[in-house]
Amino acid sequence: MKFWDDQKNREKVYQLLALLAVIGLGLFFYSNTKANLEKQNIATGFSFFDQVAGFEISESLIEYNSEDSYLQALVVGVLNTLKIAIIGNVLAVFLGIFIGVCRLSKNWPLAKLAQGYVEIIRNIPLLLQLFFWYAMFTEIFPGVRQALTPMPGVFLSNRGIMFPSLEYSPVYLYMGVAFFLTMIFGYFLRRYAKKIQDQTGKQIPYVLYILGPLVILPLLIWFIGGSPLTLHLPKLQGFNFTGGISVSPEFLSLLMGLVLYTSAFIAEIVRSGIQSVQKGQEEAAEALGLKSYLVLTLVILPQALRVIIPPLTSQLLNLTKNSSLAVAIAYPDFVNIANTTMNQTGQAIELISLIILVYLTFSLLTSLFMNWFNKKMALVER
Amino acid sequence: MNTKIRWIRKNLFKGYFNTALSLSLITFFLWFFYNFFNWLVIDSVLLGDADTCRQASGACLAFIVDKTRFIFFGFYPESETWRPITAIVIFFIIVFYSRLKTRWNRRLLFNWMYCGLVIWLLMRGGYFGLVKVETNNWGGLPLTLMLATVGMIFSYPIGILLAMGRQSKLPLIKYLCIIYIEMIRGVPLISLLFMSSVMMPLFLPEGFSPDKIMRAQGAIIMFISAYMAEVVRGGLQAIPKGQYEAADAMGLTYWQKMKLIILPQALKIVIPPTVNTAIGMFKDTSLVIIIALFDLMYTTKASMQDSNWLGFSVEAYLFVALIYFIFCNLISRMGRLFEKEFGA
Amino acid sequence: MENQATFGDILVKILIVMVLLTSSTVFSVVKTSTLENIKLHKVLKCGVSAGLAGFSAPNSKGKWQGLDVDICRAIAAAVFGDVNKVQYIALSAQQRFVALQSGEIDVLSRNSTFTLTRDTSLGLNFAPVVYYDGQGFMVKRKDRVSKISDLNGASICIQQGTTTELNLADYFRANNLKFKPVVFENNDEVTQAFVKGRCDALTTDISGLAAEKSKFKNPDNYVILTEIISKEPLAPVVRHGDDSWFDVVKYVIYALITAEEFGITSQNIDSFFKTKNPKIKRFLGITKGNGKALGLDEKWAYNIVKMVGNYHEIFERNVGKQSSLKLERGVNALWKNGGLHYSPPFK
Repeated sequence: MKFWDDQKNREKVYQLLALLAVIGLGLFFYSNTKANLEKQNIATGFSFFDQVAGFEISESLIEYNSEDSYLQALVVGVLNTLKIAIIGNVLAVFLGIFIGVCRLSKNWPLAKLAQGYVEIIRNIPLLLQLFFWYAMFTEIFPGVRQALTPMPGVFLSNRGIMFPSLEYSPVYLYMGVAFFLTMIFGYFLRRYAKKIQDQTGKQIPYVLYILGPLVILPLLIWFIGGSPLTLHLPKLQGFNFTGGISVSPEFLSLLMGLVLYTSAFIAEIVRSGIQSVQKGQEEAAEALGLKSYLVLTLVILPQALRVIIPPLTSQLLNLTKNSSLAVAIAYPDFVNIANTTMNQTGQAIELISLIILVYLTFSLLTSLFMNWFNKKMALVER
Repeated sequence: MNTKIRWIRKNLFKGYFNTALSLSLITFFLWFFYNFFNWLVIDSVLLGDADTCRQASGACLAFIVDKTRFIFFGFYPESETWRPITAIVIFFIIVFYSRLKTRWNRRLLFNWMYCGLVIWLLMRGGYFGLVKVETNNWGGLPLTLMLATVGMIFSYPIGILLAMGRQSKLPLIKYLCIIYIEMIRGVPLISLLFMSSVMMPLFLPEGFSPDKIMRAQGAIIMFISAYMAEVVRGGLQAIPKGQYEAADAMGLTYWQKMKLIILPQALKIVIPPTVNTAIGMFKDTSLVIIIALFDLMYTTKASMQDSNWLGFSVEAYLFVALIYFIFCNLISRMGRLFEKEFGA
Repeated sequence: MENQATFGDILVKILIVMVLLTSSTVFSVVKTSTLENIKLHKVLKCGVSAGLAGFSAPNSKGKWQGLDVDICRAIAAAVFGDVNKVQYIALSAQQRFVALQSGEIDVLSRNSTFTLTRDTSLGLNFAPVVYYDGQGFMVKRKDRVSKISDLNGASICIQQGTTTELNLADYFRANNLKFKPVVFENNDEVTQAFVKGRCDALTTDISGLAAEKSKFKNPDNYVILTEIISKEPLAPVVRHGDDSWFDVVKYVIYALITAEEFGITSQNIDSFFKTKNPKIKRFLGITKGNGKALGLDEKWAYNIVKMVGNYHEIFERNVGKQSSLKLERGVNALWKNGGLHYSPPFK
């Protein structure tokens, strides 16, 4: 038999050729890039990381000023992206589940409203929605001097929302510790209650037992600590509010756009997940005399989750990736800061690779978390 | 009549809670539509300039009227406006013509090619006495439609090949496909667009660099084909193993098996997610605004920046949202039609 | 299994096609100089700003106009003797240098500031300055701001990817002032945000501020502060590594200035053919030599002035008295009149 007649051999040759083609293409790009850069005398590498960035960033979770390095500026960007991704994902999941349940409501106007919401939001580009919310913020809310005060200490203007902030006191730390310890106690109590219920069928209202201490203990500590309560009220000083916590309109419109957009997709996923649970399950639960919210939370949702989680994961990833549209409305997320850095240093290749790397890491982390969650939620087949 | 009343009672007024909810929602609807109607129709300004608009309390439709041509066609020379209009009409005719399954044959493929060629010649000009219009000046709706249609036409077959590659039993090909698909799906489209606009020219030999639109188109194809691959893979996995085995037993080659047995069934199953991906892509074309291509979204934004018409962005955004909404709806309608045609 | 196409067979075909395609692209590109390339393709690819009144902006008919645009036209006049053989490519601040590095454009004429970093590590060469500018601030009249230090704590709108961003941070830091940056990629969005009240001040080059102000509905409601915080010499840019093309761009700009020095305008240029002045004879190409040295037609300078005008005409038409910007010549006057524009001799 000739070499070529053996399919195994042929397959090997083809794969080798494919590999060579990919490597060849890579080399082709590499050599061109190298030649192009060398000819123009452009330095490559990541040595720009510790140069002084020189630009300011409007909002940051860590201390940053224009004399810090590019690396620090990029870290600020990553944190800002994480901030929008985490808050956005949590809100989008809750809103999505709520709307998905509403769509299946037996109340006709409510179901129709939810359906209309989903249809409209899903058929309009996210970028357009972001622009729209940003325009609403800057056009409809008044200037900073005519700021609205829906509550004392809270100001609404086209510079965002300002809240009063608390002055830090060590008492708050103790309150936090007390809260946390009570929670741990609650966790064990819950396990104990489950065990008792499994053994004897007796229900222990452990939630009630825990709720009291959860509120009272920290309050008690607060009183003992001399009830510290110093509010930093936002004050109009010159051009802007100072003091307090401010949330920028860029962040708010990005958050709003991402959450509303993604929740419409999540609502559809939740709806199809719930519909995948057989009707008999619901009827059986009702026949057992469970209240309707218990039917939903104890019987329907846990089963629906198995169907929901995989597509939900990709929606969470989408929200994270879509947060890069921040660049269009001036929120300093990672892509935005990477762009600025690219402008100042001209290191396009390095920075784009960095963007790809960072988002791949985010994707990987989200997938890992959701896989873990999925395994935890999966039905234990007996 | 009786059944209607019963329906209403059952769906709107079952119990106190439902009654209260229904009533408040209906009140909200009525209030909303009353105000919206007032804003859009009764108090709006259809003819006039920015000053008449500012005095009125309703929508400034005059702004939309004044800017419609720019929003739809961007910088395309005003005297040549008939050309993009004709191109769009041709496009709709060919799409409408292709709606029936019976017409899906080799001839249709050629028809599409002819239409594409005619549209290209018409838009580009430079022949038959038509003024030449560089692709730089293309904009608005034709550009958006072109990015979406060409993107779909290319990414669908590439997606199928990638999905097949991912299911392939040749490990190397399988892993190359997996790496490609997962890499692309892990990054935002705008970073790919940046790459195409900023980095791709550096990858290629000097002087050999396709123009901005082509590069953006390439990035969109790269992006969507990875998503398409995952959609198709869902279909491939849903085909029972027996089908594969039966095809092998008949002595069909890999390509015969795929073409005749597996793909027709798999692609039929995945029509709904394919349509969703197509809609997603249509919406995603709006991101080219970030690399300064004058698509529908950018022309809208640009028209808002006319100093004579500052402050009517809500009208403009609602207008362009309506356009996108209509097109996305058309695509999903077409998807449902295909589902029926192919009996999925 | 013989004679049966497998996945691999098709793959081989695809590979062959790919290899052919790749190699054909490699060999089809004959490396030539930029100037030869431009002449070959019969078009000058000129990177401009997407919309900055007075410098480069499409008018209502979609035709590009402005000082930066006139530089492109002048180069086209020198190379082809035809000002219309220019393809304008609108670029954002961010894309501009990459577009140049990658060869997408031949010359960048987009109000770019001449700086050391750009000149060296970005691989660029700056042609002579066409406009001497400085960074300033625009505020609303009702805010009663008269100097920059009044802006302490203000929100300031800036465009991404410009030297402006760095100057602003430096200046405020040096003077111990605080500000909140609001950064957009697109120039128009920066202006919009300022007008809508998202920020208290708008900062960019003074010429840019004048351009934006001229577009406002009520320009009187806005004030441009007189303080200037930086030097912004705006110049066209070419790639590193092609000196002869760099020379062409350089002398096109000097030709504009020289023409003004001689008093040659697009109107009166034909009357200079009878001149006895050897300098002017050489300039207009009556005495041959300059054109050949640059690789251009001997009438290149004549074509520039005849078709586009001298620096004075370009300035006044686009940003000076005849325009809506109404900028003074100031430092942009000829050296003879106390300005900075000075051309080496055309010998």
